[in-house]
Amino acid sequence: MKKRLSRVGISMLLAFTFLFLLAACADNQPAAPAVGEDGEVNEVVIGVLAPLTGPVARFGVAVRDGVMLYIDGFNAQGGLQIRPIIFDEEGDMGQAVIGYHSLVDQGITALIGSVTSGPTMAVVPEANADGMPMITATSTHLNVTVDAATGRVWENVFRSCFIDPFQGTKMAEFAREVIGAETAAVLFSNDIDYSIGLMEAFVERAGQIGLEIVATEVFAQDAIDYVGQLTNIAALNPDVLFVPGYVEHVALIGPQSAQVGLDAIIIGADGWDGVLDIMAEGQRSTLEGSFHLTGFTVEDETPMVQDFITRFTEATGSPPDMFSAQAYDAAMILIAAIQRTLADGYLPNTPEFKAATIAHMAATDMTAVTGHITFDQYNNPQKTAVIIEFVDGEPRLWGTF
Amino acid sequence: MLFLSQLINGLQLGSIYALVALGYNMVYGIVKLLNFAHGDIIMVGAYIALFSLNFGHHPVLAALLTVGGCTLLAIVIEKTAYSPLRLAPRLSLLITAIGISILLQNLAQLLFEARGRSFPAYRLLPAGYIELVGTRVAYTSILTITISVVSMIVLTFLVRKTKLGKAMRAVSEDTGAAQLMGVNVNVVITFTFAVGAALAGVGALMYGVRFPLITPVIGAMLGLRAFVAAVFGGIGSIPGAMIGGFLIGLLEVLVIHMGLSGWVDGVVFALLIIVLLVRPTGIMGRNLMEKV
Repeated sequence: MKKRLSRVGISMLLAFTFLFLLAACADNQPAAPAVGEDGEVNEVVIGVLAPLTGPVARFGVAVRDGVMLYIDGFNAQGGLQIRPIIFDEEGDMGQAVIGYHSLVDQGITALIGSVTSGPTMAVVPEANADGMPMITATSTHLNVTVDAATGRVWENVFRSCFIDPFQGTKMAEFAREVIGAETAAVLFSNDIDYSIGLMEAFVERAGQIGLEIVATEVFAQDAIDYVGQLTNIAALNPDVLFVPGYVEHVALIGPQSAQVGLDAIIIGADGWDGVLDIMAEGQRSTLEGSFHLTGFTVEDETPMVQDFITRFTEATGSPPDMFSAQAYDAAMILIAAIQRTLADGYLPNTPEFKAATIAHMAATDMTAVTGHITFDQYNNPQKTAVIIEFVDGEPRLWGTF
Repeated sequence: MLFLSQLINGLQLGSIYALVALGYNMVYGIVKLLNFAHGDIIMVGAYIALFSLNFGHHPVLAALLTVGGCTLLAIVIEKTAYSPLRLAPRLSLLITAIGISILLQNLAQLLFEARGRSFPAYRLLPAGYIELVGTRVAYTSILTITISVVSMIVLTFLVRKTKLGKAMRAVSEDTGAAQLMGVNVNVVITFTFAVGAALAGVGALMYGVRFPLITPVIGAMLGLRAFVAAVFGGIGSIPGAMIGGFLIGLLEVLVIHMGLSGWVDGVVFALLIIVLLVRPTGIMGRNLMEKV
């Protein structure tokens, strides 16, 4: 028995050694850029990191669909071809780093990704060391573009979505200036980073503009019962209640706020996207008159947005959400920068090309489907926020703010 | 008056916990099984009610279908999964219960999607409230508490005054002796599961009214809270389940009332640990020597 075991052990060792050798022998040399006979670059390879399986696959698939729609449309025009290589990072930080290195080995010149903040932040230091141009469509965490330890900006990393604090600040201003609120309560989750970030920014901005915070109540990520907190809030009778949560929270907070007789106008952020879709018709009235901020609305009438919506719906069978729209914009920003870099005469996959692409991305000044985008000194987009109002149980575009 | 409305909140929440905890305790009292699938039976019940109400059934019919569906499901589970293991070690039974729980949750995800579905509570109970000494008390709160208390009275009557109840108490006391005295143990056990599940069906309706968003995993957290209530009140004891349920509900709301809404889960589970350390048999539990 012992002998057999050791034989198994040896063969396993051998197998591992073989695998290791294979990995070591794999081609680590970046692929040479495809250059046409006339010296024109006719193909650029970019990487796309997204979770296509696993718990956050819903977001990853939405992002991939948005990116691919832009790239396919771009390639169909002829001329320069963008070749995307997609890696499924499963929503896992370790897989994201492995995926990044695998994409680098395959000769990418720029990266779109990743989707959720954790994996993106795992890749950022590696990409920064490589001087890799990088843009994420959906990672909202503050430290995606700014090093948490040193406060230094990751100059190669951009994003096409709002950051968490921005939304909290905006909604405090909206409550004070548009709704005319003088008192506000906050109901947030203390185990969701997103919710904490929004709450802190909301409270800070409220203090600056004379919006009094009368109550700050907490719920857990998997909470179902908010009646106790809402009863406390209702007793203080604030003008607005800010709920920086996701749809599964808001869909319960709405009806429960009606149960305790809360009169405040309930407001929220982009986590609310699609909340009315999961609420029964008779319960939607409990959120009547609510407002929430979002990055994108299918009600935008501009031709560019309507064209995007039509093509997206044709390609995937369902209308785009905010994530797909932001992904479409991320691809647009990156590819525009790549085109300018090529016009400067750099060859793809050289350090100079990457540095020039980063400079062109920083100078972005273009109208995309989620609004007109420029970047601030922290590489965060400066764009107008869309406000949605719930009227007659339907989300309606209130306007931009 | 804030305190009064929080008190009613706590009683409403507690009555849901109590209904669920009763199911745990009845089954534990008879077969010494912590039926971890109990919470998931409530989840199935909530889906039955949801579909039935959305289909346009009368609220009474929907309620009957829910209670009936839960009862039937529990009988099927008992007959197929637990009954063949009657002579097996208790650990095997416990693991089977966990397996059933996982099976039900994943089956529900497959059939009903993972995303939440809104429960049309307004079709079941009228919205609105009455003014009571300056406090708004929702009809749903009053009805939930009333139905829960009535269910408990009926259950107590069933256990104390009927022949089947007598048999249940006998089996709980000593299964072997009860069998020798001519009690059909299998029938009694199945009946116990069925009654526990019927209460779970009522609990599912109450749950949907209070928390009108149903997902395939709602049974897990609800089951866990009710389990704490059952341990707190005394595992295996019927009045214990009621007291435990109400106390946990009131405790949660009290913690929130004190402005510590972030500490609710912490306090509830810390209480579980303290009860297990200081008085493992709970408030109403009897101190019995383990037979060796």
